[in-house]
Amino acid sequence: MSYEQATHLAQTWGLGLLFMVFAGAVIYALWPGNREEFTQAARTPLNDGDDNG
Amino acid sequence: MAYAKNGSVWGVDAVAIGAILVVGMYLSMFGISRAIEPAFAVQMWTLFAALLAGLIGLVGVMGADKARAPSRYENGVIKAGVIASMFWGVAGFLVGLIIALQLAFPDLFYFSEWGFTNFGRLRPLHTSAVIFAFGGNVLIATSFWSCSARAARAGWGLVALVCVLGLPAFIVLAGTGYLEGVTEGREYAEPPWYTDIWLTIVWVAYLLVFLGTLWKRQEKHIYVANWFYLAFIVTIALLHLVNNLAVPVSAGSWQSYSLFSGVQDALTQWWYGHNAVGFFLTAGFLGIMYYFIPKQANRPVYSYRLSIIHFWALIFLYIWAGPHHLHYTALPQWAQTLGMTFSIMLWMPSWGGMINGLMTLSGAWDKLRTDPVLRMLVVSVAFYGMSTFEGPVMSIRAVNSLSHYTDWTIGHVHSGALGWVGFVSFGALYCLTPWLWKKKQLHSLALVDWHFWLATIGIVLYITSMWVAGVMQGLMWRAYNEFGFLEYSFVETVEAMHPYYAIRALGGGLFLVGALLMAYNLWRTATGKEPAHERASDVPVLAAPVAAE
Repeated sequence: MSYEQATHLAQTWGLGLLFMVFAGAVIYALWPGNREEFTQAARTPLNDGDDNG
Repeated sequence: MAYAKNGSVWGVDAVAIGAILVVGMYLSMFGISRAIEPAFAVQMWTLFAALLAGLIGLVGVMGADKARAPSRYENGVIKAGVIASMFWGVAGFLVGLIIALQLAFPDLFYFSEWGFTNFGRLRPLHTSAVIFAFGGNVLIATSFWSCSARAARAGWGLVALVCVLGLPAFIVLAGTGYLEGVTEGREYAEPPWYTDIWLTIVWVAYLLVFLGTLWKRQEKHIYVANWFYLAFIVTIALLHLVNNLAVPVSAGSWQSYSLFSGVQDALTQWWYGHNAVGFFLTAGFLGIMYYFIPKQANRPVYSYRLSIIHFWALIFLYIWAGPHHLHYTALPQWAQTLGMTFSIMLWMPSWGGMINGLMTLSGAWDKLRTDPVLRMLVVSVAFYGMSTFEGPVMSIRAVNSLSHYTDWTIGHVHSGALGWVGFVSFGALYCLTPWLWKKKQLHSLALVDWHFWLATIGIVLYITSMWVAGVMQGLMWRAYNEFGFLEYSFVETVEAMHPYYAIRALGGGLFLVGALLMAYNLWRTATGKEPAHERASDVPVLAAPVAAE
């Protein structure tokens, strides 16, 4: 693979792939169905008691 | 495995560790016999001694295992991490003070007949001791705290011990090498090739413990702090392996040649260097923030959604920021601009994270008045916000033309290192010590208060003096007279900075005194005669010090 081919791949498919993965992470974070799970998770350190983990 | 109920068993983990130690001892003897440089022989003897100590320790632990009831949570490993953190913190800050004094008063702190007192040899000892030994031990101790119960159940206790003892051994080997002039000359990656191999083994052990524990977890969701810890461990492994790709000159020499050359080598180094900041000093310590601030404030994370976006945005952006270290070099202009652009975009996740950390106190702000430990944690987040604001500004090419190579950079690094990394670590260690040694509270909250104010004043003196010194230095370097000649010689800029160097040393001295108070306070806490608690849940979160001293 030449330098030009590599940069072309990075600037099209590579860029698109990374954007999609990041968009997926944002959608996961904002998905209404996950609200309950996240509310529970936000309290994780407080629930650490005698189990210490 | 090793901690089977029926006593001492040489499980797979113990055998594997023993085998690695024996092979390492053989290889270091091989190195001693082939050494073509005296310094390399000394290094190999040091390595041999460290491995022998490890082997004796391993046999001791395996033998003693039957006698003592296996600690339920392997807290001994975390205790060792806390002690090592405190030791290396004080040692690293002390070396930092010495080199600050060398810059201010060169005649007093440099002895030409002792090469190891040279600034160039002491400086990497300072950076490695504070970043990798102090910071690394804090990260190992805190990350094990949040997963040690599961680690012990999953049978990783012995491997965890390898991390806690292997990292300081790495620093001893690297640090004694620096004093002898053994260095690869790559910033924050100075250790020579065999020391790099050692660190790789330690890091694989760390990754195994962390992943193995997460794998066996009982709850579905992985808490965000553990995401940050995992990103830190994985990315540091990647950075370390790529940046240290090198071919040794011979099996009897500490010298090696990098696999890269020219501008590629420079870019690889600063891809490493900046992500050491991004993933070691930021992502790892954000793990601490997301665990210890909610715990100490007794409040849930302000926005868990924001914490997820904070995490992924930080991961996606940080890795590209390194080229801003190479403005106005042979690096292509577009690559410099890319590094600068990503650095500016980093504002968003950094400040998102800062807001999330600070707002976790909503409903508990009054605790700042009574709880100096929480105050330390919160001020660390404020410093995080400040230095992640300053960094992107300095990454802009035009600003960088003034700031680069000046002491402004040193001031910026220390507002992050002392203010953010230092304070969040101190806060975590103040939390962990009473929990681990099962005490009701710290020996003295008044001493924590003293530590807080001494360190805060020290940091302010440090960063303000370096702002003035750095901006003045940059302006003097670029000043021309009416004939187009440079206005000042280099030594004139050094002379002009003398008072600021003295102020910086004073600031560093105050920071060190604060750390010494902390070491005393933690020691008194651990050895105090207060009634021990049966269960960790009985230990109050120290947040309501009604009877505060």
